[in-house]
Amino acid sequence: MTQMTARLGFFVLLMPLLLWLALLIIIPHIDMFLLSLRERVGVGEYETSFANYLILFTEPLYIWTFVRTAVMSVLATAITLIIAFPVSIYIAKIAQGRLQQILFMLCLIPFYVSELVRTFGWMILLRETGIVSNFVQWVGIVDRPVEFLYNDAAIMVGLVYTSMLFMVVPLVTTLESLDNSVIEAGYDLGGSTLSVMREIIIPHAAPGIMSGCIVVFMLSLGNYLTPIMLGGKDSLWFTEMIYNQFIVRFNWELGAAFGFMLLVLSSAIVWAMLRLTGQTLAKTME
Amino acid sequence: MIPSIPQPAFLRFTYGAYVALFFVYLALPLTVVIVFAFNDSQFPSLPWEGFTWNWFFGEERPMIGAFHERAILRAIGTSAWVALCVSVLSVGVGTANAFLFNRYDFRGKNLLYVVMLLPLVIPGIVLGISILVFSSTIANGLWDFAKIDLEVLRPGLVLVILGQFSFITTIATLVISARLQKFDQSLEEAALNLGATPLEAIRTITIPFLRPALIGATVVAFLMSFENFNTTLMLVGSDAPLTIAMFDRLKEGSTPLLNAVSLLLILGSSLLALLVILVQRKK
Amino acid sequence: MTPDLEAVGLSKTFADFQAVKNVSFTVPAGSFFSILGPSGCGKTTIMRMIAGFLEPSSGDIRIKGESVLGVAPNKRPVNMVFQHLALFPMMNIADNIGYGLRRQKRPKAEIARKVDEVLERIGLPGIGQRKVDELSGGQKQRVAIARCMVLEPDVLLLDEPLGALDLKLREHMKLELKALQEAFETTFIYITHDQSEALVMSDQIAVMNQGRFEQVGTGKDLYYRPQTSFVAGFIGDSNCWEGKVESVDATSTLVRLDNGSAIHGVFDDRTSHVGDSVDIFVRPESIGISRNASDFLDCENRLSGQVHDVIFNGAASRVMLRDSQGGTMIEVALPQSGGSTDLLKGESVHIGWRAAQSTCFVKGAV
Repeated sequence: MTQMTARLGFFVLLMPLLLWLALLIIIPHIDMFLLSLRERVGVGEYETSFANYLILFTEPLYIWTFVRTAVMSVLATAITLIIAFPVSIYIAKIAQGRLQQILFMLCLIPFYVSELVRTFGWMILLRETGIVSNFVQWVGIVDRPVEFLYNDAAIMVGLVYTSMLFMVVPLVTTLESLDNSVIEAGYDLGGSTLSVMREIIIPHAAPGIMSGCIVVFMLSLGNYLTPIMLGGKDSLWFTEMIYNQFIVRFNWELGAAFGFMLLVLSSAIVWAMLRLTGQTLAKTME
Repeated sequence: MIPSIPQPAFLRFTYGAYVALFFVYLALPLTVVIVFAFNDSQFPSLPWEGFTWNWFFGEERPMIGAFHERAILRAIGTSAWVALCVSVLSVGVGTANAFLFNRYDFRGKNLLYVVMLLPLVIPGIVLGISILVFSSTIANGLWDFAKIDLEVLRPGLVLVILGQFSFITTIATLVISARLQKFDQSLEEAALNLGATPLEAIRTITIPFLRPALIGATVVAFLMSFENFNTTLMLVGSDAPLTIAMFDRLKEGSTPLLNAVSLLLILGSSLLALLVILVQRKK
Repeated sequence: MTPDLEAVGLSKTFADFQAVKNVSFTVPAGSFFSILGPSGCGKTTIMRMIAGFLEPSSGDIRIKGESVLGVAPNKRPVNMVFQHLALFPMMNIADNIGYGLRRQKRPKAEIARKVDEVLERIGLPGIGQRKVDELSGGQKQRVAIARCMVLEPDVLLLDEPLGALDLKLREHMKLELKALQEAFETTFIYITHDQSEALVMSDQIAVMNQGRFEQVGTGKDLYYRPQTSFVAGFIGDSNCWEGKVESVDATSTLVRLDNGSAIHGVFDDRTSHVGDSVDIFVRPESIGISRNASDFLDCENRLSGQVHDVIFNGAASRVMLRDSQGGTMIEVALPQSGGSTDLLKGESVHIGWRAAQSTCFVKGAV
């Protein structure tokens, strides 16, 4: 009886999981992959081939956008890490008690605000009639309005801003777990700030750095809003290409191929990063 | 580095200034969004034309406030409905998953766990198109074989809900499992020992223990759904949720109306966030 | 010869709390110096000031005659074994031990040689490639010491490093630490709240209470000649009674306890007056116990009473006795030889001890 109930309970719990993963994750992705292998040879006639992937790799605009998106995302990840690391050390180790809690909460606020609102804020700041432009005129650096929007730097500012939280939180968490006495021991044995950083703090924070970088990279790579709004029409972001193929040109086969390539790129880099540090996905997600 | 390591005053000052600057960077975009919601001008930019509540309560053109703008109100309603569905679904399935992974050992458990995490690694836009492709495959198949046109499989709110559900469930599962892991199973055994049935034990002992995580997961799911853009963009039909509606307006050029809506969004999510913190603090 | 460590008028005040109050001491080269006190007495604060993690509010710290005030912790010739050892979990044992040498930019070969040498000396050769969490508690302990000793510091600070070990291992490590200190011939400053650790290992012990040093001396001094009531109560077991001085003569003082019993005692400082309130401390092992009153004719203090309880604890067995005159409960060591091992509850017995063995302190005098 109990055996039966236990088995029944098991299947009742297993069912939703399997349905969810099969119907919304696994099968749709297989279907998308199959679609990407369809080559349209005539009206309503299709053949299985890698033609769509060939288009991606032979059309300079596509491949350039693909590479550019990846490079910009890596760059955004690196900048986010460099900016966030000292701040995380400050929150985890220097700020005490109440201040520590408040600073940590402040870091979370942008997360509670829609990405659209954040991007909109940057548009107000950076556009030709915006705050920054007015400010530099007021200071006297320039004498006419300057457009700060619609360039790669603006995209970068937006990407870094959007990602910051996902870097700070894992960093603060791992840094907090480092016992102060271990840092003190590093100094006590003659270490300088630089060497304590290099040999003790960074190795200890490696898991946090890694999970932060993975999340930030994925978010940047898959971001659509920030490059479009801050980078303008020629932002050349790969997600935009996917959107255009699907919604504007209605070429789903090519769009599916693009989507699949984005997935491959994202997974490959995540996998490589995990491999590099000997971590598992399950551990990183904690 | 840590307070017990003496550092030169100059270095300490520079470090403090850097951190202060960081928080200014963090606050700047939100601040301007909020401030310009009150600008008595057609554009959310300088010059400052004076303070007004019109972008919230205005009833006449050209300054129709957020509370009188039909399209915006409808979009908020749509978003709230979607978010409600998504949070109920994902917390429900997430709870089942948490129990499954915590209480049962079965073959392929580890593999299934990794697959369960995948939705977090898949770019939102790819999740969107894969569901779009699959649903239209089914819809076309049904039409070809049985001449049935299933409207729910075409882009629209059902697909939006499913699309958001597909990755928010992973997050709900992680939040709930983290708490369930801390649960001392002997409490449940004690309940059984005192005469409760297994289901009663879970209902009276385990679920109350999980309550903070359940509330937290619901709020997080609600917020993530409300703010989601990428997945929604690919699956949306004629009823646009708020983020999509605002995006469309933003492309046409912005008025302080959008600032006003943004401010309301900020307030709404802050309240929800506060709720989570209060629930967690009570523990 | 200049002492290895000298503290002069050392004080430390936190926001509204004076943790260390005007403490001075010197530690001669090559000795084992312990600071013993209850938790919160300020001993950790002293240690962190010596290591450089806290700046004293006033006073001076000199190492080998030179003041180290304002010298950063990484530039001080002292090293520290932390309470929870603080071994670097991200490095293997050899890298942990070689860490300080790498900071000194020593050649690789020399570092490797020194690491091997010190591992040999602590009796753990060949464990260099192991990870920190593969070692046992006692091994980690030795590695933490080796990590400091390889730098040949002038002074080694140890912050209750045995606290985390289980009892058996702690007993063993006490002897081993002492042996290591003798082998390295380095000055050890050891802080602990465990008197047995301090008594077993130290050449000199400072007993600390509420930010002050109560007494500095050898273990024997502290045990047999405590100078303050706190030290008498803190070190070893004691019977402690309160009373008033009734009469003072050349050799001893008569104290009347609150319940009427009279006790002969001595004052360490001999400045008591009739009428002073005093604490009297008598160690259980100073009190003789017998069935015959005639055994204690040479004792100034002779009492009789009934056995209230016999607490068997091997060599530390005790008899709890109720004094038949005043009803005071007296703890007496149960001798392991002689005819007293078969004492029964309720039996009448006699006890006695010399006046010199009841140490008295006037209350309120520090």
